[in-house]
Amino acid sequence: MTKQKKTMNLNFGPQHPAAHGVLRLILELDGEVVEKVDPHIGLLHRGTEKLIEHKTYTQALPYFDRLDYVAPMNQEHAFALATEKLLKIEVPIRAQYLRVIFCEIGRILSHLLNITTQALDVGALTPSLWGFEERETLMTFYERASGSRLHANYFRTGGVHQDITNDLLNDIGKFSEKFPKVIDDLENLLTDNRIFKQRNVDIGIVTKEDALSHSFSGVMLRGSGVAWDLRKSQPYECYKNLDFKIPVGNNGDCYDRYLCRIEEMRESVKIIKQCLKQIPKGPIKTVDGKISPPKKEELKESMEALIHHFKLFTEGYRVPKGEVYSSVEAPKGEFGVYLISDGSNKPYRCKIRAPGFSHLQAIDYLTKGHMLADVPAVLGSLDIVFGEVDR
Amino acid sequence: MNLAELNNLLNSELTSKIKESKEENGELLINVELANIYSTILFLKTDSKCKFRQLIDILAVDFPGEEDRFKIYYLLLSHENNIRIKIVSQIQIDSKVPSITKIYPSANWMEREVFDMYGIKFKNHPDLRRILTDYNFKGFPLRKDFPLTGFNEVRYSEKDKKVIYEPVKLEQNYRNFDFSSPWEGTKYIKEVKEKVKND
Repeated sequence: MTKQKKTMNLNFGPQHPAAHGVLRLILELDGEVVEKVDPHIGLLHRGTEKLIEHKTYTQALPYFDRLDYVAPMNQEHAFALATEKLLKIEVPIRAQYLRVIFCEIGRILSHLLNITTQALDVGALTPSLWGFEERETLMTFYERASGSRLHANYFRTGGVHQDITNDLLNDIGKFSEKFPKVIDDLENLLTDNRIFKQRNVDIGIVTKEDALSHSFSGVMLRGSGVAWDLRKSQPYECYKNLDFKIPVGNNGDCYDRYLCRIEEMRESVKIIKQCLKQIPKGPIKTVDGKISPPKKEELKESMEALIHHFKLFTEGYRVPKGEVYSSVEAPKGEFGVYLISDGSNKPYRCKIRAPGFSHLQAIDYLTKGHMLADVPAVLGSLDIVFGEVDR
Repeated sequence: MNLAELNNLLNSELTSKIKESKEENGELLINVELANIYSTILFLKTDSKCKFRQLIDILAVDFPGEEDRFKIYYLLLSHENNIRIKIVSQIQIDSKVPSITKIYPSANWMEREVFDMYGIKFKNHPDLRRILTDYNFKGFPLRKDFPLTGFNEVRYSEKDKKVIYEPVKLEQNYRNFDFSSPWEGTKYIKEVKEKVKND
């Protein structure tokens, strides 16, 4: 009698706590071994790109908060950079530092969420409780700068929306002093934890070559030993004045990616500290009245300011004809915006390149031959947020 | 290697294939014929000097007024040279684009997305299904002639005890303001006046 291979299909999601959102996986299992994974995405598709084509540049910005909603400002950054490139305007130094501070806060926000929920997926509850407490503090900083904890809408073409107080800078400073202790605590719980290691070491290994051909970026690439970070290799804003290291992994497994994220948080703290030391006084958005709106006080006195205000909030500004790709090192990887302008006040096309899209695509390659229980572990280390995958 | 060197190299190596190459905003854009997309990208990836080993994205753009309605863009990145390149090709509404999934496996979903959003078909794609839109979705949402509000809306029906699809009903029409020349009045009023005159 010949042994016949029988596979079973399992529907994972769309509502599943370990799917980190609305992901539907059709798993083909041979016993407990995964044979094939077919992800069905798009359950959170909101047509961001289409909506942006119908909005002025100022109105388009808040959509970026809603992509990767755990690190909103990093996304805004990519769009702001793209419009600035087309408009050919300079961002004042203070605004650059403010942007970098909040982007690094976003990175910590994202990594904290990822590390702790990954731990949750493999059975550890405490890290998420500790991590979310810090996230709350960080979101208070967001709130004090922009008025909103999550959907900040803080960056503007040519700078940021408003200046922040010295109090806030001091509080961020205090946070950066005591946060490394929290990272140590998290590491105490996880790094040498036997169960955590059993679930993550040698799981979801990506070789250097495959990481490149599968369009991986960010930690997914660095975990496999490719030293590549856009903040270093194609520096934007004031990153070239800052001193930081890029942690790189060796084995390309889930555990190395976890270690990379831990180290990146430490580097982010370093960056924030340096920024707080170096940040100068000065304007926080471009002084070009045709692009950045006037101050509220001026409206009562200056006719010109009133006209500018009216024009900017009805028609918006026009962006010269052209096309540009700009990308930033978001916490999850290379987040890019391909912007095509036809010279009007709305983008003609705005393609969003989300890192999670190509990472999730590789799930079949990553989990083939692994056990069913490894699927959530791999999914956790991919750092998927459906806001950006589905757009 | 910088952009200008890359530009020279490509123009000498791929003379017959490149229609046009230009540097704009610090980015190199090369325009190739549809038939040459596959070989150009294969060259860029495998050539020992270029080494564009990563595909960043594939995107399409709709220009309804033009004869070749769509443009398709490929963004590539070379880590070794720290350089990016864009490849563009004009395509017609019914032309089939050669799939590059054999060169970059990650092109799979990107091409599916382009197909989903624009209805552009790919030759030799292993699995060309819709990806982002709903099951049984009709139409191609990112085409310029697709309305922003779409055609169908979804709600839970208490009567049928399930989610049902209905044609979109808007309380107020979608208002698309014309900003092109605000001081000369709007076009549609003029047209109406002329109509009245003619009648």
